Amino acid sequence: MSAASSFAPVGAVVAVRRRLQRRYGLVVLGLALLSLAVASLSMSIGDYPLPLADVVRSLLSPFTGNADAANDFIVLGVRLPRVMAGLLSGAAFGLSGIVFQTILRNPLASPDIVGITTGASAAAVLAIIIFKWSGLGVSVMACGGAVLTALLIYGLAWRNGVTPYRLVLIGIGMAALAGAVVSYLFTRARIMEVQEALSWLTGSLNGSTFENLTPLAVALLVLVPLAAVLSRSLRTLQMGDDAARALGTRVEFSRLGLILVAVLLAAFATAAVGPVSFVAFIAGPIARRLLGPSGNVLLPAALVGGLVTNAADFVAQHMLGRNQLPVGVVTGALGAVFLIYLLAAAHRSGRGG
Amino acid sequence: MTVNHQLSAADLTLGYGDRTIVDKLSIDIPPGKFTVIVGANACGKSTLLRGLARLLTPSAGTVYLDGRAIHQMPTREVATLLGVLPQTPVAPDGITVADLVGRGRYPHQGWFRHWVAADDAAVATALQATDTLDLAGRAVDELSGGQRQRVWIAMALAQETELLLLDEPTTFLDINHQVEVLDLLTDLVQQRGRTVVAVLHDLNLACRYADHIVAMRDGKIAASGPPAEVVTAALVKSIFGMDAEVCDDPVSHTPMIVPVGRHRVKPRLKAAAE
Repeated sequence: MSAASSFAPVGAVVAVRRRLQRRYGLVVLGLALLSLAVASLSMSIGDYPLPLADVVRSLLSPFTGNADAANDFIVLGVRLPRVMAGLLSGAAFGLSGIVFQTILRNPLASPDIVGITTGASAAAVLAIIIFKWSGLGVSVMACGGAVLTALLIYGLAWRNGVTPYRLVLIGIGMAALAGAVVSYLFTRARIMEVQEALSWLTGSLNGSTFENLTPLAVALLVLVPLAAVLSRSLRTLQMGDDAARALGTRVEFSRLGLILVAVLLAAFATAAVGPVSFVAFIAGPIARRLLGPSGNVLLPAALVGGLVTNAADFVAQHMLGRNQLPVGVVTGALGAVFLIYLLAAAHRSGRGG
Repeated sequence: MTVNHQLSAADLTLGYGDRTIVDKLSIDIPPGKFTVIVGANACGKSTLLRGLARLLTPSAGTVYLDGRAIHQMPTREVATLLGVLPQTPVAPDGITVADLVGRGRYPHQGWFRHWVAADDAAVATALQATDTLDLAGRAVDELSGGQRQRVWIAMALAQETELLLLDEPTTFLDINHQVEVLDLLTDLVQQRGRTVVAVLHDLNLACRYADHIVAMRDGKIAASGPPAEVVTAALVKSIFGMDAEVCDDPVSHTPMIVPVGRHRVKPRLKAAAE
C-alpha cells in the first residue's frame, strides 16, 4: 500500500476498495465456473455415460424439440434434478450457516451444530417410525421440527435479551437432546423403518425429483432476497450490539429477522434432502478464506455450499468403489476434518470459544 | 459550521434490570464544546453516556436531541446527527481498516443508495484526521492498540455527525497516544465546531482538555462547569474519597490533581493534611 499513500487520500481509499471488489468478483466467478464444471461431470458420468454434447442437447431439448427419449430421461429426469438438489440445498445450507455464524460471532454456531437440523431430524424420524409417513409428510415434519427447535433455543436462551454465547451453548444442548430422541425412536422401531430413517438421516440426493424440490426452490425465491436486504445490518451487527445501535441499526428487529431467515433456509433444505451434515458449517469459513479480509460473504458462501454438496455427491457416487454412498457420508467426513482444523487453529491463535 | 445540535437529559433514570445506576439526572451538553465526564469506578459515567447515546433505554426520564425525545426518533436519523464510540466494539476477523471505517457510513446509506464518492471522501478524511491513512489496506487485528483505537475513532468520524460521544477512548493507550487522541478530539471541537462528549479516567488530562467537566458520584452529578472553576481538593475528596492537592498544571494552567496517599508523603505536607 506504500504506492497508494502517495496518491490523494481518496485515491488510497478507493484503491483498497477496488482491490477487495476485484477479489470478490474473481472468487464469485471462480466458484460459479467450478460449480458448472462439477455439474457437467455429474451429468455426463455414470452407469450410462453421456458425452457433454449430448448432455447439452438434452438440456436444450425442451426448447429445440430435438428429443432423444433415452438421453432426455437420464439427463432431465434423473441427473438434472439431482444436480439441482445439490446446488439448491447446498446454497440454502451455506447461506443459513454463514448468517448464523456471523450473527452469533462464532464459527461453531452453524445450524447443524446448534441443533436446528438435529431438531428437524428428530421430527422426521418421528414421522417415519411412529406415524409411518413418507415423502411430503416427512418434509413438513422436518421443517416444523427445525422451526420448533429454533424457537425453543431462543426461548431458553432469553434472559433480558439474548447473548450469542448462551444461544450457542443451549443450542448444543438441544442438539444432544434431539439426538437422544432419535436414538430412543430407533429402539421402538422395526429394522426396515430404521433403515429408511437412517438413509434419510444421512442426507441423500438419491431419488431427487423436480417435484420434491419445488418447496425448497420457492422458499429460496422468497428467502434469498430477504437475506440480501437484511445483510446490510449484518455488517453492523458483526461489531457488537452497541456499535450496531450507534450506527442506526434496529438491532433486535434485524437480528430476529436474520435468524428467522436462516432457520427457514436450513429447515427447507433439510426437508428436501435430509440433514446433509456439515455443509452449513464449512461453507461460510471456506468462503471467508477465499474472499480474504473483507466483503459480503453471503453469495460466496451460498456458492461454496452448492459446490461442496455436488462435489461430495460426485465423490460418493463414483469415486468410492462400487457402493454408491449417500452424500452425507462424504460431507460428514470432510466436515469432521474441518472442525478439527478449526479448533486447532483457533487454539493456536488464542481465539478459541 | 454554526449549526449546533442540542443534547440534554431531564430526570434521566438508567439501570440494568432492577439495579438503578443513574438516578433522576438532568444534564445539558454545551454545544460546540469538549465535555468530559469523570468519576470513580461504577459511578454511572459510562451508563450515562450509553443513555445519552440512546444505546440504553431509560426506565424514567427523557433524553432530548434538538428538543425531540431521542428514543422516539428513528434510530437511523439519530445516527446521522450523533456518533458513538462504545467501550468495546468488536472488529470482525481480518477486516481491513478502510472497510471498518467505511461501516461508519451505514446511516447515510439505504437500500437504494449504496456506496458513492462522498463515502470514499468521508472515509479518506476520517483516516487523514486520525493519521491512519497509511493503514487503509491493513487488517485491523494486526494493528497496535493505539493504532486500533485511532481507527475506531476514524469510524465514528466517518459517520460525519455534529455530536460525538466516546466511552473511554484512551483506555489501554500509552500516554503519548492518549494525548494524541485528546488533541484530535480538540481539533474537532475547535476547527470543525463539533460537540464532543467523552468519558475519561485520567483526571489531569480531563482537566487539561475539557471545556466543560461533569463530575459524577453515585449516579448523580456532583459538580459541572469549566475545570478551573469546579475542580477543587474538596471535590476530589468527595468523589474519589481521596486526599489530594490541586495545583496549577505548568503546561496548560488548568487544575492539576496530585494525590496524597499514606506513603511517600513529605512530613510537612502530611502534617498539614492531618
